[in-house]
Amino acid sequence: MSFAVRAEGLTVRYGRTTALEDVTLELAPGTVHGLLGRNGSGKTTLLQTLAAFRRPSEGRVLVDGEDPWENPRVTQGVCLVRESGDVLTDLRMRDNLAYYEGIRPHFDRELAGRLMDTFELDPARKPSKLSRGKKSAFGVVVGLASRAELTIFDEVHLGMDAPSRFAFYDALMADYVEHPRTIVLSSHLIDEVQRLLEGVVILDHGRVLLSEEAESLRARGVSITGPRDAVEQLVEGRTVLRRQHLGRTTQVMLDGALSTEERTQAERLGLETGPVDLQSLFVHLTERTTEGATR
Amino acid sequence: MFDGREPIYLQIADRIRAEVLDGSLQEGDQVKSTTQYATTYRINPATAAKAFAELVDEGVLHKRRGIGMFVSDGARDQLLAARRERFFAEVVDPVATEAQVLGIPIAQVVARLHEVEAARAAAHGEERS
Repeated sequence: MSFAVRAEGLTVRYGRTTALEDVTLELAPGTVHGLLGRNGSGKTTLLQTLAAFRRPSEGRVLVDGEDPWENPRVTQGVCLVRESGDVLTDLRMRDNLAYYEGIRPHFDRELAGRLMDTFELDPARKPSKLSRGKKSAFGVVVGLASRAELTIFDEVHLGMDAPSRFAFYDALMADYVEHPRTIVLSSHLIDEVQRLLEGVVILDHGRVLLSEEAESLRARGVSITGPRDAVEQLVEGRTVLRRQHLGRTTQVMLDGALSTEERTQAERLGLETGPVDLQSLFVHLTERTTEGATR
Repeated sequence: MFDGREPIYLQIADRIRAEVLDGSLQEGDQVKSTTQYATTYRINPATAAKAFAELVDEGVLHKRRGIGMFVSDGARDQLLAARRERFFAEVVDPVATEAQVLGIPIAQVVARLHEVEAARAAAHGEERS
């Protein structure tokens, strides 16, 4: 009931623009994955390729072991919900739900009804008449109730207010634990979604910057604060994501955890160490590659 | 609920340890399931499972197949022993170091501890009477 996803040397070009370049990654089935990246990093192109809305220029994608392109068995199990819903905008929502029930083999009508109530959506209205946030909410209803083997939410939170977003996260987790399936969530709101994720993929300039377990990513960065000389002595030869000076005090953010010896050394030098949250790690990892590209 | 800095599975594990220590979780009690954690705190169930795995390794929890996770016999004593050991390394030793930096004789620190204890005993006595 869950699709595994694989991309091998995936490259997608639009004319002269390369949106994805040599992307190789694997998404384990039955897991919630986060796809993070700055604007223009290639997230949407990757998700569209998985959902067979686009074809690779080079390389390939495999969904449940097969190329999804013009593959009805696979595409009926892949549900991509983009901002503002991805639904039939000029049909009443009631008729939309009937349509999706017809094309999605695991569609749960009862769940759809409950979610319509949660998001205060009137089935007699048409999505085209709704606000941006309500359209997105209806996309969420269709996406969750479809129970597709691979369910993709691409920036679906856009326009949704905070209570609706949290209602979405609650509904997602509640239904996922009952019916585990492969879920991909792309979002800029890292703080909000990070706890929902088991895997994290960060795209940057069309390439995979990292693909890791969310929990190990949270333990990955470390910040060190103390007198400048002592800090520099400790971090010599390490990848420093960020360095700040305040008077004689320096704070650095390192990529990678401290070894036991480094930890002991930090204590001996009287340095303060602390974790780095996923949001800051993301900002500084992607900032660094931007700097690298312009130099 | 979770402070967003330490990995969440460590925070969940710490919370369960704290609840066993303060007695709100008794030996033999069932702990919340990964599903309950996921829906109550909006976290991935794999995260809660990772916390449980760590506590099973420590002998604090054990799994009953098909039923759930339970607090093991002797879990509290075991946690207390581990905490006491850490107390000296993490709390008392740094006090000695700091006192030396500040030029405070250790005898003065000890005297203060006796004062605090006496004050606490007195307050406790009043509460009772």
